[in-house]
Amino acid sequence: MTAKLDSLDKATLMGSSAPGLGGAAGWVRRVIARGGRRFGPPLLALAVALGVWQFVCMQAGAALPPPSKVVTDTWELIAHPLFDHGGTDKGLFWHLAASLQRVAIGFSLAAVAGIGLGVLIGQSDLAMRALDPLFQVLRTVPPLAWLPISLAAFRHADPSAIFVIFITAIWPIILNTAVGIQNIPPDYRNVARVLRLSPAEYFLKIMLPASVPYIFTGLKIGIGLSWLAIVAAEMLIGGVGIGFFIWDAWNSSLMSEIILALIYVGIVGTLLDRLITLIGRKVSGI
Amino acid sequence: MSAYLSIENVGITFQGDKGPFCALRDVSLKVDKGQFISIIGHSGCGKSTLLNIVAGLSAATTGGVILENAEVTAPGPDRAVVFQNHSLLPWLSVYDNVRLAVDKVHKARDKAWRHDWTLHNLSLVRMEEACDKRPGEISGGMKQRVGIARALSMEPKVLLLDEPFGALDALTRAHLQDGLMEIHQRLGNTVLMITHDVDEAVLLSDRIVMMGNGPAATIARILAVDLPRPRRRVDLACDAAYTHHRAEVLRFLHGHDTARDAA
Repeated sequence: MTAKLDSLDKATLMGSSAPGLGGAAGWVRRVIARGGRRFGPPLLALAVALGVWQFVCMQAGAALPPPSKVVTDTWELIAHPLFDHGGTDKGLFWHLAASLQRVAIGFSLAAVAGIGLGVLIGQSDLAMRALDPLFQVLRTVPPLAWLPISLAAFRHADPSAIFVIFITAIWPIILNTAVGIQNIPPDYRNVARVLRLSPAEYFLKIMLPASVPYIFTGLKIGIGLSWLAIVAAEMLIGGVGIGFFIWDAWNSSLMSEIILALIYVGIVGTLLDRLITLIGRKVSGI
Repeated sequence: MSAYLSIENVGITFQGDKGPFCALRDVSLKVDKGQFISIIGHSGCGKSTLLNIVAGLSAATTGGVILENAEVTAPGPDRAVVFQNHSLLPWLSVYDNVRLAVDKVHKARDKAWRHDWTLHNLSLVRMEEACDKRPGEISGGMKQRVGIARALSMEPKVLLLDEPFGALDALTRAHLQDGLMEIHQRLGNTVLMITHDVDEAVLLSDRIVMMGNGPAATIARILAVDLPRPRRRVDLACDAAYTHHRAEVLRFLHGHDTARDAA
């Protein structure tokens, strides 16, 4: 904010003192300079990584394709993400969309249930003592270990995958929410008591806003784990989805397609993380 | 006639890990309406505990507090507290922090009145300019002023101040003390203030309550400060009566107190 204002001031100052064209050229130069400072180092690092990869995998007998071959092999997939030939023969966009949809459902359920349970054990010492040991044990169960049980329970692939997301994401949300509730400064409680806020008013006006930063830490960890789990779960359950796409490519020995899918998985995972951070900032408004 | 606020034989015993711990015993104090009382004493003498009992935030083990012929059993807006570390809600603006209290305490009034009342109380502490700021964007002194505005907006019978200026630098503290004196002069509030600051106690108070050291602390001495009001700190700096009162309190806090044995 201040940086923006600052540069704006400078730009107007330049505009008034220098002739129009020179000012504009100076402005362009400054934008490039600032962009270079921000994007220069990561772009350089990327170029070095790609260069090393290209060099290593160009050698005779390399097991994996170099980046240049990955791009030429998968150009069809990169250029046409939206094609749909029926069945599981779809563009990458549809695979990613199917995975995201499962994550969206499972994660939303986990958020609601997780915040609710977190408030419960954060508020009540009895509930904490009763449930915490159970949560501590269950949260260490790896996501995929839940899959057979949920397949047995739901008998369908899709709800099973969603359940795996749910059960993976819920633990960090519960535990972080509980910590947030426990860390509400006693002063805020005293303010509420002096004002005689009702329990509902206390919940909405003090408890939720005070624990928002903690809740969003939990949600952020949760969405990351969800995305990790869905790719693995989809490899096993099949159907449309980025996890299945990777497994299918492996079965057809299409290494370049696997590498492309991995890059997409990474980018989408980063975007999900950023999205939750952004919403968290908006909601807490601090 | 019974006093406006009456603290009667209050004692409190906490159940600690090492058995019961008696923090306060036999504290009795009568306060008339409109009086400004300071409570001074060393750290750990139970000053804050006493204030919390009057506020209703802690329950006394023995004795009780009577305010305008009704016993204090729970916290309530008629005993508004200004906490040491302001305790404003950081996600609400300055205006909304006060408005939250106004909306809750003056439910019966209409919206326009509540809006005006919020602004009026902010202007009492000269914070109407900073309405839209968040607590994180204003200085410690300003936060404390908003805390005072929030407490005043509840129109409390007793205003409870828990070391309100303790965390501030000397200059800011002096400003806020002057502001508080002016408000007290104008509105005639009954005030109970905890402080560590001898000058603050003498400058602001009608009576200074000096607490002995714990455990089982109680009131050691009460000093009446009958300096005429309005008081101005600059005039008082060389005033004989002021210096005398100041010396009395200092002697109590730091010297071998002879008056205590006499009392």
